[in-house]
Amino acid sequence: MNALPCTIYVSFTGALLALAVGTRSAGAARIVALLTALTAWGLTLGAAVNFVPAAGLQELINAAWIPEFGIRYHLAADGISLTLLVLTGLAATAGVLFSWNITERTGEFFALYLALIGGVYGVFLSADAFALFVFYEIAIVPKYFLIAKWGSTNREYGAMKLVLYSFAGSALVLAGLLWAYAAGHATGFGFPELVAATGRLDLTQQTGILALVFLGFATLAGMFPLHTWAPTGHVAAPTAASMLLAGVVMKLGAYGCLRVALPLSPEAFHLLQPWIAWLAIIGIIYAGLVALVQDDFKFVIGYSSVSHMGFVLLGLAAANPVAVSGAVFQMFSHGVIAGLLFAVVGRMVYERTHTRQLADLRALPLHRLLPFAAVVFVLAGLASMGLPGFSGFPAELTILIGTWQTNPLWALAAATGVLIAAAFTLRAIQVSFFGRTGPDICVTPLESLPPITWPEKAGALLLLGATIYLGLSPDTLLDWIRPALQSPYFHAILSGGAS
Amino acid sequence: MSLPVQHLWLIPALPLAAAAVGALTPRSGRTLAAGAAIATMAGAFLLACLALGGALDFPAAHQVLNFAWFDLGATSLRLGLLLDPLTAFMCVMVTFVSLLIFIFSTGYMKADANAKQFFCFLSLFAAAMLGLIIANSLLLLFVCWELVGLASYLLIGFWFHKPAAAAAAKKAFITTRIGDLGFLLGLLWLQDAQGTLLFYDGGHGILESAALANLTHLLPCGLAASTAIGLLIFCGAIGKSGQFPLHVWLPDAMEGPTPVSALIHAATMVAAGVFLIARVYPLMAADQLLANVPVHALTVVAFIGAITALMGALIAVAQNDIKRILAFSTVSQLGYMMLAIGVGSWVAAIFHLLTHAFFKALLFLGAGSVIHAAHHEQDIRRLGGLRPKMKVTFATFAIGMMALSGVPFLFSGFWSKEAILHAAHGWEVSSLPFYAAVLGVVLTAFYMTRLVAEVFYGAPRSDEASHAHENSPAMTVPLVILAACSILFSLLAWPSPWLQHQLDPSAHSESGDMSLVLPSIVLVALGLGAGWAYYGRRPRTKAESPDPLDRYAPGLMAALANRLGFDELYAATVGRLSSGFATLAAFLEVFVWDGAVRFLAGLGELSGLVSRENDEAGFNAGFDAGSKTLRDTGVAYSKAQTGDAHGYLRTLALGFVLLLILVILGGAR
Repeated sequence: MNALPCTIYVSFTGALLALAVGTRSAGAARIVALLTALTAWGLTLGAAVNFVPAAGLQELINAAWIPEFGIRYHLAADGISLTLLVLTGLAATAGVLFSWNITERTGEFFALYLALIGGVYGVFLSADAFALFVFYEIAIVPKYFLIAKWGSTNREYGAMKLVLYSFAGSALVLAGLLWAYAAGHATGFGFPELVAATGRLDLTQQTGILALVFLGFATLAGMFPLHTWAPTGHVAAPTAASMLLAGVVMKLGAYGCLRVALPLSPEAFHLLQPWIAWLAIIGIIYAGLVALVQDDFKFVIGYSSVSHMGFVLLGLAAANPVAVSGAVFQMFSHGVIAGLLFAVVGRMVYERTHTRQLADLRALPLHRLLPFAAVVFVLAGLASMGLPGFSGFPAELTILIGTWQTNPLWALAAATGVLIAAAFTLRAIQVSFFGRTGPDICVTPLESLPPITWPEKAGALLLLGATIYLGLSPDTLLDWIRPALQSPYFHAILSGGAS
Repeated sequence: MSLPVQHLWLIPALPLAAAAVGALTPRSGRTLAAGAAIATMAGAFLLACLALGGALDFPAAHQVLNFAWFDLGATSLRLGLLLDPLTAFMCVMVTFVSLLIFIFSTGYMKADANAKQFFCFLSLFAAAMLGLIIANSLLLLFVCWELVGLASYLLIGFWFHKPAAAAAAKKAFITTRIGDLGFLLGLLWLQDAQGTLLFYDGGHGILESAALANLTHLLPCGLAASTAIGLLIFCGAIGKSGQFPLHVWLPDAMEGPTPVSALIHAATMVAAGVFLIARVYPLMAADQLLANVPVHALTVVAFIGAITALMGALIAVAQNDIKRILAFSTVSQLGYMMLAIGVGSWVAAIFHLLTHAFFKALLFLGAGSVIHAAHHEQDIRRLGGLRPKMKVTFATFAIGMMALSGVPFLFSGFWSKEAILHAAHGWEVSSLPFYAAVLGVVLTAFYMTRLVAEVFYGAPRSDEASHAHENSPAMTVPLVILAACSILFSLLAWPSPWLQHQLDPSAHSESGDMSLVLPSIVLVALGLGAGWAYYGRRPRTKAESPDPLDRYAPGLMAALANRLGFDELYAATVGRLSSGFATLAAFLEVFVWDGAVRFLAGLGELSGLVSRENDEAGFNAGFDAGSKTLRDTGVAYSKAQTGDAHGYLRTLALGFVLLLILVILGGAR
């Protein structure tokens, strides 16, 4: 457990190392990146093995940083952090495997990649809002370069849009936090101190603070109508970056909502709760509908990501222990499934066919050319539809059960999203891989594509294994998450949600 | 020897293992895959028989094995296994029919390159259905329900190179999922209201009286809570069991290979909906004693069933594809089953489900035999004259046809249909369903006679039909066995209602009552006679000759042939609406949300531009002007900088003298 902060340091060290050796040899940079990601993931798994969920928030480091303002370098972890740390390790490792073919400035690519990962680890470990904010900013910058330099379609636009949204979001967060800190005469930026500071203000101010902070974080979580950075960003990004964006970075926003924003003020949250819930529901349905008519394969997945993140936000909005534990579970589940989908579309298909237009893919007998990719995509699609046997089912089921407790109407509206998910996923499967079929197909040499490589297979099996394992045994994660939600810090917000 | 409930999981686990074997063997391992599928299904059948033995020892008991799946804090989601006569009879039927269909498939799919995958999917399908049957938890039932849907998607679309098959698979999945949405909501509601989803749990299960009493309160809309939940769950059954108005996927599902159709129509898929409603019957009936509610859940079930039964039979009259006729007959028969449940006799429904499974599997496999022999010709107008060429197929098909039509005494379908008619006759709420059922009986006998007459009598009307010959024993032996079952099963019902009594020992049985036997014999005879009069006496000579009925009511026949236009209606409403919404959303995305972003970006750029201009013209101009003055001054002063040392000295001296003069003058003052 105490080794968890090392995930941050290992990642940043790995980034420097990759930069150093990358000038000499691309292969060495890959190895460094893989070992770094594996080490950090191993640290999280090691912590998970010895984790005692009932112990609540466990202190890791607490040192003075800027004493004048009460800012501390304070790291701590509970079951929620641990869930997301393990996810980060998994997604990072799979991402390295799916970036094995990067040849252009390999060292720099992996350096930025690992720096992003380090920032993400930092966010999930922070117990001080200022430290969290700093790590959050650290994670944003490498994203820009990863997309703008190694991306594809419309990459400058996508990168700039993503970064501007991210910075706008973090500006809102900062404004809200400073408001609470200054107006509430907080002694520091620890989460409980900020909550106490907010509590000293009147309801109008509390509402303002909560709205700012929540909106800021929800932007990064892809909340409707502030979601538009996500699909364009995903599409423009190189495969590993889309995997991280959907898999981990969107979770930063949702994590911030849960850890920082919601507990600030239970009263203000009650005022905002229906708004948040309905925006989440609209996001689920709306993004699903948009995904239904996209012509670009990656846009389908990008919008499906927004739709699935809507379930996370709905779970948070429902604000009872069941719904919120479902939301955290869904963060993990979606991280794995979206990563898998982006890996198939971006790495396995696009980098071989050089097109993502469904109309073009329809003309290729892809299921014959890339049978492994076809099987993986079908399985990932089933997982994304929320079919039992995969992690999406217990996640969405738990969210819906919890949401029903708060407001059955929300659950009813959100459940239609499951239907839409089936529609757009089946469409994507049929058009992309099974578009041109027939017994008469003979694969001409011209049409043959490079075979799937071992890193791709390893990465796909890693992610598939995770989603199936959690689909059968959701208790693995829920046993970590539930005790964390019982801590006094969350008590006021989660007990008030059920009506 | 009997199978205790603790080991019940073996029944679905065996075919699941076969599915895993099928998935992992290479494409060439078709014999292994087929062998594993058949061997495990035979094993499952034996286990199911043992389970039946155990269940019949204590027919009134619900033996359960419950365990937690995952924890939700205050409550947990629990799964469980249940062994009672309903489960056991269904298990025996499903394993037996599946086994015969698997054996038949080895012959039917001989030439298919993907046969090993086919057996993998078939095993998965059967495993999911068996899991559904043994579930003691609505959640486990729902999980298996979804897996049944998935397997049906894979199998209906098995020949995905046919666009029609791919479309049919998608349609089946989406249509049944619309129903599943209701099911899911009912499940969520129950979990919230009862805190458990177990059916039987020592007095705390959702089907036990203590829990049902919780649901008798009235909702704001006037319905009892149990009515609303029951109807939501019924939505799932409407989708899965092809009831009106979600029946449209079932006929299209014919695009799959014929053994799949047999499996879907007999044992695995459509039976699931009827089974579900029979299983949760106590919940569906919980509102029966409430007088001041606008509608009872079972009343809706009965009317939906009656509509489906009549509509399916009517449409079947005007179809020309051998498999479509059978498909609509399934729709109609499922309607009968729902009708039976709705009028309060779930036992009659399950009885009919069991007998129907055997003779419908028989009919579909018989149709498969015909199609296989006639080189995939499915249009009955282009078949004909197959009786002398395919004796076994004809004889067994005729038995199936008589069982489905309800030819008296010897055939199982007669008894189960009799039970349903009897139950409908005794229903106090309305007599309409009974009359619909009666009319359906005539129509069933009529269209089945037409089918047999067109396919087996007369002269062959195409090359395919004239070159047909009997199939291999792998295909005919299952037919013979199923035909034997279709007859033998009648012994279970006659002369004493043994089966009904085993299923529901508490019910007082009136099935010994024979008052409806004579009228229903007359009805069946009417249908058979009319069918023979139109199609058998003067068989069609050419494939193109018009149907005799077209002369009497061309408009009606055209409408029926067009399946009453449901597909067009849905395409024009639901289809268009959803694609309209999707297009609208995509439009909003590009022009409103993204537009807003671009607008803001543009605004930013504009303000940058304005600021720049402002800078240039305002601040910068002032700055420049100031700088210029300064520079000019500098230039002016710099003229003094001549670099001439003598000049400097002269100036210095001059200045010095001037200073001196000033000092002197000042000092003098």
